[in-house]
Amino acid sequence: MYNMPDEKGHFGPYGGIFVAETLMPAITELNVAYQRYMKDPEFLAELDEDLKHYVGRPSPLYHAERWSKELGGAQIYLKREDLNHTGAHKVNNTVGQALLAKRMGKTRIIAETGAGQHGVATATVAARLGLECVVYMGAVDVERQSLNVYRMKLLGATVIPVESGSRTLKDALNEAMRDWVTNIDDTFYIIGTVAGPHPYPAMVRDFQTIIGREAKQQCQEMTGRLPDALVACVGGGSNAIGLFHPFIDDSSVKIFGVEAAGDGIETGRHSAPLCAGRPGVLHGNRTYLMSDDDGEIIETHSISAGLDYPGVGPEHSWLKDIGRVDYVNITDNEALEGFHALTKLEGIIPALESSHAMAYVMKLAPTMNSSETIIVNLSGRGDKDMHTMAEREGIKI
Amino acid sequence: MSRLKNRFEELAKSGRKALIPFITAGDPNPDFTVPMLHALVESGADVIELGVPFSDPMADGPVIQRASERALEHHMGLSKVLKLVAEFRKTDQLTPVVLMGYLNPIEIMGYEAFANAAQRAEVDGVLTVDLPPEEAEECVALLKARDISPIFLLAPNSPPERIRKMDAVGSGYLYYVSLKGVTGAGHLDTEDVKRKLLEIRENSNLPIGVGFGVKDAETAKTLSAIADGVVVGSAFIRKIEENLDNPENAKAEIIALTKSMRQAMDS
Ligand SMILES: Cc1ncc(COP(=O)(O)O)c(C=O)c1O
Repeated sequence: MYNMPDEKGHFGPYGGIFVAETLMPAITELNVAYQRYMKDPEFLAELDEDLKHYVGRPSPLYHAERWSKELGGAQIYLKREDLNHTGAHKVNNTVGQALLAKRMGKTRIIAETGAGQHGVATATVAARLGLECVVYMGAVDVERQSLNVYRMKLLGATVIPVESGSRTLKDALNEAMRDWVTNIDDTFYIIGTVAGPHPYPAMVRDFQTIIGREAKQQCQEMTGRLPDALVACVGGGSNAIGLFHPFIDDSSVKIFGVEAAGDGIETGRHSAPLCAGRPGVLHGNRTYLMSDDDGEIIETHSISAGLDYPGVGPEHSWLKDIGRVDYVNITDNEALEGFHALTKLEGIIPALESSHAMAYVMKLAPTMNSSETIIVNLSGRGDKDMHTMAEREGIKI
Repeated sequence: MSRLKNRFEELAKSGRKALIPFITAGDPNPDFTVPMLHALVESGADVIELGVPFSDPMADGPVIQRASERALEHHMGLSKVLKLVAEFRKTDQLTPVVLMGYLNPIEIMGYEAFANAAQRAEVDGVLTVDLPPEEAEECVALLKARDISPIFLLAPNSPPERIRKMDAVGSGYLYYVSLKGVTGAGHLDTEDVKRKLLEIRENSNLPIGVGFGVKDAETAKTLSAIADGVVVGSAFIRKIEENLDNPENAKAEIIALTKSMRQAMDS
């Protein structure tokens, strides 16, 4: 049976704890709390209540019949994380980590964000629990996701634009780490994906596997069997691992993780470390990364801010190496086709991140027969991307 | 015997403390670095910490971040930094040089290739900010086999068992980070530092360098009364930043600051 990571947070050679010394006591404290509360019935009951009444779980598994017919292959089922409170899967994790922060007596929450979905989901739970909240966001992302910046501010968070480096998600993470080192005593760092030092990759995964556990049961109820394939987009990899993890031991289920190919892998302007990177160490863990021959991190590119990250969660690196998950990639233009297809045929506007998964389904479904099923993670809704889309299509709103 | 060990023993004998400047290799340009290192030694530096630029310096404040960015504009990666050390060694066989940086450049070069290259360049110590001892076994063994000291950080919140661990895996000296925060931040509290150094000394016999937040000669003097070495980084790099149109000015100001610190520490 698949059982990762080991007690030091290793997924084979990946993962681990690679941080400056000042962070070590905080990480140890977090790990102790995480190990304790993930087994604590009272904590788990409170988490369940919040997921049900605040987030709105379980999220539906929706049979996209019209789209399936149009593609002429497998039956496509959408796992509707877009219907969660705040509009993406990110909130599953922030609700969990915020409860943990409260149990640990922390009064200040910090987070990094790319698309702003994780920032919004963090500001939301911080507002609800009355915790101070600071969100770091690359200056480039502040611009392209201005709607989410406004939402965070309304929710009472302080949004700090990060001007260093490439001014995107990785730099926001650097800045959040710097804040954490400085304010270690009262601050809880809510990382938004399955990256960072142990226990984050395991902990965020554990909060996100609700997606896959529900999907498995819903699929059994709706089709009487397991799905034949799973598809999810991979930025840091939290929505993907959330869907995939409960199916890892089900060897009949094919699993596809979709990275952002940006302008195309061959152009070098992409965000696909698993498809085109190499192992290295960044942000507290060993994993596939986009770095040059000197070990400097390369700037990434994707139309979707949430996939614009040079690393990936260490568990995905392991799942790639053992061949359990196929990592594929989708360009900006292909993602836009996925975006429009779902919008026009099903009346559902997906986030640009999720649109990468949709675009891969458009390639995969026609190669399968109509008695087979695909579950694709609709990780978020597209409201936040209206500006990007309009600009891309030359429309002023 | 290693240069680091030698240097700290000599200093102890003469009752002096080590002045350890940090500059980022290649900042503001690659030609600046080696002459600057020689000038630092002439002005009273005992050990050199040479920063290896990294694209994502998570433990550094804005001053050293910008130094890294300037150096990377000249593509000053790890292999070029090693070339600078080799060049420095041509005319200075005595001053220990410690590389300070992040793990990814070493990972990408490969641990063994790096250890060999560092040995050829006559590097004396390697301080990798994001490589705690738990993950360092392989790298430490390769370095120690080549008589290169792996140097580890200790923080204000490091408990005694952690100090003993660093003592066991580290060599050369221990680097005590005097405040919770990034490089160049805030003010350090010398009373707090004093208390922590006592605790460290109870658990280790390695020399202790103190850094993060040493801005002037006065702080250097206060710290040299309690530590074995004083590390100064951002204060020097600020001089470079203030004189980007005239690096020779920066050099003159760094020399003056080094001399004033040396004088204060020895008085
Ligand atoms: C809707 C949506 N999907 C996917 C992602 C990518 O993150 P992850 O790979 O961790 O799921 C984001 C990140 O912002 C997002 O907002």
